[in-house]
This record gives sequence, C-alpha cells and structure tokens, in this order.
Amino acid sequence: MRTANSSGGGADEKGVIEGVLSRHGHDATRLMQILREVQEGLGWLSPSILTAIADGAKLPRARVEGVAGFYHFFHTEPLGRYRVLWSDNITDRMQGNADLMARMCKKLWLKAGNVSEDGLVSVDTTSCTGMCDQGPAILVNYRPITRMTPERVDKVVDLIRRQVPLAEWPAEFFLVEDNIRRKDALLSHDLAPGDALRALKSPQDVLEAVKASGLRGRGGAGFSTGQKWEFCRNAPGTGSSPAHYVVCNADEGEPGTFKDRVLLSSCADLVFEGMTIAGYVIGAKKGLVYLRGEYRYLMEPLNEVLQRRRAANLLGKSVLGQIGFDFDIEIHMGAGAYICGEETALLESLEGKRGVPRKRPPFPVTSGFLGQPTAVNNVETLAAAALIAAKGAAWYKTLGTAKSTGTKVLSISGDCARPGVYEYPYGVTVAQVLADCGARDTQACQIAGASGLCIAPAEFGRRIAFEDIPTGGSFMIFDNSRDMFEVARNFAHFFVHESCGFCTPCRVGTTLLKNGMDKIHEGHGGEYDINDIWRIIRTLKTASHCGLGQTAGNCVADTLQKFRPSYELRLNVHEFEPAFDLDKALSKMREVTGRDDPGAHFHIAHRKSKSGIGTKAGDEA
Amino acid sequence: MNASTSAPKRKLKVATTSLAGCFGCHMSFLDIDERILDLIELIEFDRSPLTDIKHCSTDCDIGIIEGGVCNAENVHVLHEFRKNCKILIAIGACSINGGLPAQRNSLDIRDILAAVYAQPGRGVHIPNDPEIPLLLNEVHPLHEVVKIDYFLPGCPPSGDAIWKFLTDLLAGRTPSLGHGLIHFD
Repeated sequence: MRTANSSGGGADEKGVIEGVLSRHGHDATRLMQILREVQEGLGWLSPSILTAIADGAKLPRARVEGVAGFYHFFHTEPLGRYRVLWSDNITDRMQGNADLMARMCKKLWLKAGNVSEDGLVSVDTTSCTGMCDQGPAILVNYRPITRMTPERVDKVVDLIRRQVPLAEWPAEFFLVEDNIRRKDALLSHDLAPGDALRALKSPQDVLEAVKASGLRGRGGAGFSTGQKWEFCRNAPGTGSSPAHYVVCNADEGEPGTFKDRVLLSSCADLVFEGMTIAGYVIGAKKGLVYLRGEYRYLMEPLNEVLQRRRAANLLGKSVLGQIGFDFDIEIHMGAGAYICGEETALLESLEGKRGVPRKRPPFPVTSGFLGQPTAVNNVETLAAAALIAAKGAAWYKTLGTAKSTGTKVLSISGDCARPGVYEYPYGVTVAQVLADCGARDTQACQIAGASGLCIAPAEFGRRIAFEDIPTGGSFMIFDNSRDMFEVARNFAHFFVHESCGFCTPCRVGTTLLKNGMDKIHEGHGGEYDINDIWRIIRTLKTASHCGLGQTAGNCVADTLQKFRPSYELRLNVHEFEPAFDLDKALSKMREVTGRDDPGAHFHIAHRKSKSGIGTKAGDEA
Repeated sequence: MNASTSAPKRKLKVATTSLAGCFGCHMSFLDIDERILDLIELIEFDRSPLTDIKHCSTDCDIGIIEGGVCNAENVHVLHEFRKNCKILIAIGACSINGGLPAQRNSLDIRDILAAVYAQPGRGVHIPNDPEIPLLLNEVHPLHEVVKIDYFLPGCPPSGDAIWKFLTDLLAGRTPSLGHGLIHFD
C-alpha cells in the first residue's frame, strides 16, 4: 500500500491523477476504478483532486463528488495514513470486537470515528467484511487482518506508531483461511482449467443443458439461470456499440456470507470458466467481475489467474482456437456499499455512478450494463454452470431436490465448534447442518443474512432449498447465551448504514426502526413502541423502492414473533415515555440564564438505567 | 319504549391548543366555514383559543394540538392535554415533524441566544425572568414527548381535510383522507 502525502497539491498529485486517467482512457464509466486508484496513490480525495478528475473525465464535478461521497471506502477528507476499520457484524460482536476496538483506541489516544491529531491513524467500524469464520476482523487500509486478539491489537498499534509500511507487516496477520469443512459436487470438482470449455457444443446445446439442469441463481432469489441466459441471448444489443455482457456479482455484502471469497480463492478458474461459458451462450465478448471493496486483496491473485488463462488461450481472441469465440474478463472493484449486491445498483456502480437501484423493468437481461443485454450471475451460479457444461445436466439433476437441483455452499459462523464453508446438496435440514458444524444449545439461526430469516429450534427440521428456506449462503448460529434482541438491533443499525438514501420509506424507515430498537434498549420502551415498530416494518416492506428496504425489518419482525420475551423483559414502561430525558432538555437554558429554581426543572421521574439484561451478544460499541 | 332515539347524544368535549406553531392550523380549522354549525351540534369546545378557557376539563374526549414542543410551557400544556383527553391528535407539520421551529436544532441554543441578545458594547443579556418559559435544547415533535393517537399532516391541512378527519372520528371511523385531501398526484 502506498501511503500518503495527504497534504495534496503539487506535481506529484497531477502526475498520479493524469496517470490513472490515461490508464482508463479518461472514460467516465470507469469513475469507480479511477477514484480508487487515485486514492490508493494519494491517500484521500481532496476537493482539488475531485476537480481534476471531473475535468479529466469530462464529468460535472457534482457527479464526481456524489460518487465519492456515496461509497464508504472513498473518503473526501483525510482519514489518516492508516485507516483501521473494525468489522461490526453481530458475529464480530460475539467474538468481542467492541472490547478490542476500545483497547486499540485507548492505546492510540483516539476516539472511535476520529482521526488522530497528528493525522496518522483513524479507527472506525464498518459493515461485515466477510471474515465471520475467523473474526474479529479488521481492515487496515482495506487489507483484511483476521483473528484479532489483545496481543494482535497491541502489535498493530505498535506497527502504526512506528509508521511501518503495511507491506512490511507480518504476513501471518493477513492470512485468510478458506476453512472448507464439507465438500460436495462443486468444491470437490476435478476439472482442470479449460475442461468445461473443451466440452462445449453449440451455444444452443449449452443453453438447453443449463435449462435442463434446473440451475437457479445462488444469490438467493433463485431465478432460473437458463431462462436468464435465454432472455439475454434473445435480446438485441442497441445503439452505436451493440454488445452483450456477462457480469459476475462478487459483491457478497450480506452479513455472515463469505462463500464467494472462498470460491474466488480456491475455485477461481471454475468461476471464470462459467463466465466464459455464459459469454459463449449469450454472445458476449466481455465479462466483468464486480468484486466487493472488502476483497481488494484478492484482486492481484485473480488477475494472475486471468493472465494464466489468457496465456492458455482460455480467454482472449478465438478461445481454444474457435474462430469467433472471443471473450475476456475484467475485474472491477466496489468500494464498501452493501446495496451494490442488488444487481441494478451493481450495474450503476459498474458504470461509475452512485449505487442506486434502477427501476425494473427493463430488466438487465434486456437493458443492463451501458444499456446492453447483460446476464448478472452470482459467483457460485457461474461455477455451477461450468460444472454442468462439463458433466451434463442429467448428472447435475441427481443432486438436490426436484425444485432445487444441485448443491449449495453455506457460510457458517457464530456459535459452533467448526465455522467455515460447507457444501450440501439442496434439501439438507438445518438440524443436520448444526450437527455437522458442532453447534450446541442453539437457540436460533439467522439464515440468508440480516435481510433473511430467523428461525427457532422448532423449525430446525426445515430444509435449505428454494421451496423452503432459500439463502444466498449466510448461516449464523446463536446459542442459548445470546440475546436475540441485540442480534436484531445490530441488524437494524446495519441497514441504517447501508440504505442508499434514494427512497424515503427506506431512508427514514430504517432510521426510525433503529431509533425504536435503541429506545427499548435504553429502557424507555413500552407496548406503544412495539406497535410503532410493527407499523414501521409494514411501511418498509410495502413502500420501499428495492429489496433492501423491503427486507430491512425482517429480523426485527422474526425475533418479535419468536423471541418476544427478549423484548418484553426490556419494556419498562406501561404508558409512554420519551426516548430522551426531559429535564436534561432544559440544561442549556439553565446554564445561560443561571436559573436552577423548581420552575427551571421538570419534576418527572425518568429512568436513567438501561434494562440491564442480556449483555453478551453485542455489547455497546 | 326505544331509549336510543329519544335520549340526546352526549356532546363530545374537544380541546385545542397551539404550542410551537403559528396558529395557521387553527385558522385552517375555521375554513370549515358554516359547517362549524353542524360540528357544534356534535361537540362542545373545552380549553381552546376559541373559548379562552385556560385549562382542560378532566373529561375531555379529543385534544387537537398544532405546533411542536420548543419550551418548558409547551411540555406542561402537552402533559395536561394527554392527561385529560382520551384521544390526542397532532395536527400540521410542526406537531408531526417539528416543522419550521425545528430548524434551530442544527444550532446550539446557547449560540443562538448569544447572537440574538448581544448588545454592542454591553455584552449579552439573555432574559431570565421566571415568567418566561425556558427553551428546550431542541424542538421536538409531539410524539417524542407523549403518546399521540392520530396524525393529521399538512402545512396546514385544508379545512376540508380537517372536516373529513373530525367527522370520521366523531362517527367512530378510522380517519381516512385519501386523494384530494392528502394525496394530490
């Protein structure tokens, strides 16, 4: 990591910006990559840098600033030469990240969220970084460090204080393990790079095979992959440069999900092969991987795989010598925005804009990247497609259930002996999964992430399958010592951070939901507030523009139904109580008028203490 | 003998007040025009600027409040309404969101007063007479201070909207405004 010269100005700044701009052909649709590379070179995106980029890319400056301001990993103010971000998923909380972060801040004489006075370091939190099986995790200048302990905190603090460049930090800090615990058809595949491509027949045959296999999207929504490819293949390219595109959605931001990270580090060839096959079927010459900013460290290894594949003629002009089969793949980095996992927000981001979901229809298959027909598929879907192309639909259909063929890779974290990645044929019961990963005294599983489903023990006989519990792969386990109210409150805070702010029901609703949960947490809640929370959840679900807002209340709704006592034990109030201390609301006037007579006070008893139960899951940050 | 037809229906007691508001919602209320004569068949006004009664009776049915909560007196009045009314209605933008007065929330009240009461060459003299209610650190919408049963948005809501809202309520229906009264697109 090149660190900074954060003061800005001068020939160096101009040189870096010009270098990045010309490398990207001054192309405005590549704004995300331009901003990231300039920031990596210059430390932060100062006003003069944004102006220079706007001029160079021929964009309105407001547009550039709008994009820079949207993404958590772009900063328009200096955040220190070392920016430390603590992953703040509920699983990190359960592993004690709050105490560790407090320890780090204390040692650095720093308040969380602030930059040290010498401009050296800032410490803050960020949404789940996808290291839940090896947390608590941090990002230092967007490179992950896993398994934080008090000792590791002290070492990191020491390295920062001595201003050791990140490249010289101990390599074991940056070790990210795959933790593959159970392999099935996909993870135990025996295909060499190119095997699936060599097995290709005509595009129509491949399409028929994918359709016949029953493959459905692995991101969670479960749309038929064959159908998606067929719609895309049949849609004509438009405008002056008609084309088709394949996009691999590797923006796995759902809290508790990390299987795409593992697939990309251990099965990258299979994923790229799946993209190439998709390109072959739909007639695309270009594929784009949208890699989440948290996985920046995977970019170089993935580019090496791409280079190797180009050298082996598995990518590039005339793939495997087949005239007319041209296909190449490029990796685009995201910059810390959960919403970009939504496919139309992802496309906006790929085009260098704020990640705001589009209206649908038109769907991406007819009007996607740059308005052209685009197949957006999950990492795991593409790997499975390559497997089907090589081994046939008949074999694939023998796996899983009738409506959910094949296998599913689960990311398992939380209270169990062996967290990690588990692959099962569809139809596996929750109970089976829990037994395999060594979970004991389990009181709840949160499946499919913060927006997913929270299930109680009575439901552990349910199955992972599209017809029962569909999931993108997140599977978080909570044992009896955990407080499910705190789990839901953590997710409520998560959605406030990650709402894109475009539509009012979601922008305001997620904050109202968080406020309601915080009020109950502080001990000021009553039945009135529970009713209010239900009302907000209903509005979120029915009025939000996209899936983020529609599902943001799911966990609160589920836990209210299934773990209601964890709420009720906190309800101190029979009637109604303000969330704030009324008497304290006169403090400033008492100060400036010098009054302290009874008339300058409200004589209303106000509960000051928190409810004081259940402190294990997610202590106060 | 059929008692229900002969016994006169009890008139509901309605109290109204304006807290940190501009009385615009009350003015809009008067825009129901001659329908106030129909209304008065169904209700009697209790504490209200229309009657100049200073305190709520203990058995009010409906309290209608415009304006948010900006000072200590507002809090006392609001508590009096909550204590004595079965149903509390927040009417208008200020009561529901804080409205215009809440624009001061982004500033520190001490800084505002220091700027307002600075006298060139004679320092700052902030009024501190006990008769003058102390300002709250921030302006709050009503529902942050007490439980509110119904919200009637608008700046102000039109006379027709208020009429529809009240007649629904008095007839025992959940008020529903719909197109032309609250939705215009």
